[in-house]
Amino acid sequence: MTQPDTATPHATPGAPAAAAGTRAGSPPDVIHNIGYRSYEGPRLGRAYARKSLFAQSLRGAYGLGRSAKSKVLPMILLGVMCLPALIIVAVTVFADRSDLPVQYTRYAVILQAVITLFVASQAPQSVSRDLRFKTTPLYFSRPIERVDYVAAKYAALASALFLLTALPLLILYIGALLAKLSFGHQTAGFAKGLVSVLLLSLLFAGIGLVISAVTPRRGFGVAAVIALFVITYAAVSSVQGVAAAQERYDVIGWIGLFSPITLIDGFQTWFLGAHSAFPHASGPPNAAAGIAYLLVLLGIVAGTFALLMRRYEKVGMA
Amino acid sequence: MARATTVVSVTVIATESLSKRYPSVTALDRLSVAVAPGVTGLVGANGAGKSTLIKILLGLSPATEGRAAVLGLDVATEGPRIRGLVGYMPEHDCLPPDVSATEFVVHMARMSGLPPSAARERTADTLRHVGLYEERYRPMGGYSTGMKQRVKLAQALVHDPKLVLLDEPTNGLDPAGRDEMLGLIRRVHTDFGISVLVTSHLLGELERTSDHIVVIDGGKLLRASSTSDFTQTTASLAVEVTDREGELLALLTGAGLTAQANGHLLLVDIAGDETYDTVRDAVAGLGVGLVRMEQRRHRIAELFIDDASAPAGETAHATEGDGRDAA
Repeated sequence: MTQPDTATPHATPGAPAAAAGTRAGSPPDVIHNIGYRSYEGPRLGRAYARKSLFAQSLRGAYGLGRSAKSKVLPMILLGVMCLPALIIVAVTVFADRSDLPVQYTRYAVILQAVITLFVASQAPQSVSRDLRFKTTPLYFSRPIERVDYVAAKYAALASALFLLTALPLLILYIGALLAKLSFGHQTAGFAKGLVSVLLLSLLFAGIGLVISAVTPRRGFGVAAVIALFVITYAAVSSVQGVAAAQERYDVIGWIGLFSPITLIDGFQTWFLGAHSAFPHASGPPNAAAGIAYLLVLLGIVAGTFALLMRRYEKVGMA
Repeated sequence: MARATTVVSVTVIATESLSKRYPSVTALDRLSVAVAPGVTGLVGANGAGKSTLIKILLGLSPATEGRAAVLGLDVATEGPRIRGLVGYMPEHDCLPPDVSATEFVVHMARMSGLPPSAARERTADTLRHVGLYEERYRPMGGYSTGMKQRVKLAQALVHDPKLVLLDEPTNGLDPAGRDEMLGLIRRVHTDFGISVLVTSHLLGELERTSDHIVVIDGGKLLRASSTSDFTQTTASLAVEVTDREGELLALLTGAGLTAQANGHLLLVDIAGDETYDTVRDAVAGLGVGLVRMEQRRHRIAELFIDDASAPAGETAHATEGDGRDAA
């Protein structure tokens, strides 16, 4: 034992016991390995995990937390959705009109192509990715249950769509108030518009997710979603066109049940007093048809949720 | 040294006559096994029921009959609680390529219930422990297989579980990567204090890592014992001499050893360390040259067929070297 050794007694009081025991006295140039630390903090459980998945999926729908490239399309679509609203507001203010040139409930119907593109691009992004890269088993090996995964994904896409469709309505509403249009009339219209786009968001999200969850291939999901929305709308429109030519206006009202956007149109015409975009503005011809629109709408929302649950029963742990 | 293993009565996994039947196959057939804390190797050929067992243990797939408990919790009713305390590393690739390891593991930590700040801290710690440094900020699509396996392990450890289930963690790794992964798995228990159930279709690699080995085949328990028992009963000694194999065989059998002639080779079951001495003395006594004496480990496949008639298996170690000129 030399002097320098005894001059540095217990130089490392915080060192792990094992290291201190074997190398007592010598002052080597140690790299301080902190070692493994156990976690004693809170574990927030299922509800928190579901909320985290919801937040991550909602952000993901706008490309947040993902690569710069994946932000481009959703942000462009959001911009395209809002641009006409800004123009309408400008026209209303400067032309000194007494009402907005477009109803709140009609806005989403006019811009349905943009909404369709958003669903088609972001629904597969949300669920096909997890299937393709087999990340789903990691989710299901955690405290969440199947219903939490499905609910979080569904709610996230519906919220992303609601944001996309409600933001332009908010612009219209603020613009209308700035233009000093009737407050009561505008507020009622805005509220009806919000109810309409809320249901639209749930409907579109459900359909988009069910189709996307079938395939791990994103491109296929995108094409299938677009095809479904475009083909059903084209079919419904042409049948309605023929019906209009033959002056069968009740048929026009019924046939709208068969495509997503016309389903919303018929629903809001009957229940929210909206002006229908159907030929001849022929919404649901009677109460039975009106109820049918409501039931089909709710049925599809519940049905797509149930289908997603069934799908993940199978592929959850692939 | 082995303080953790003194409490034998504690089991991390217990199954009782556990069965899983699908319409066409029986994946698990009345499996009863108890797994103690430590590293346990679950060995079986592909399709032996390893992955099915893991799914049941995570509470994700109901058993057709029988019961199972993980950390004292019933898998049939306490699935979410079990999954909060257990980590799982799947066999297949499961990493999205356009996300960095840090982002991914933070997200997975939150999915396990860790608050945001804890999730970030534990992610940094865990990635460091599995040996992922600067590359953790890059998208995972560019990672090597070894790095991907480390991230997969990290997401299973990030919430500091009591037990991790690792499904074929050495799959696709080269020999060096395999050794590193096995070393890491060993450390998960010794340094982190987390019990490990690790599956493999290779018995040899689990022998070095595990305290206990459980072998299943066709959903049935073939054997469960500590690794040391296992190595002894499965290892044999291949002895080659220059001459007079028949007499040597008689001598060894006379000394109480089990031995068979296999061509010029004598295969002697290793009963313990004294077996080496007995063989050495017998060879020396006969005055023949000892060409080779090496320990042979049986491949998992050999456990399923008759041990004795198995051809030369995997040569793991040449323990005694080749004692040429022994006489």
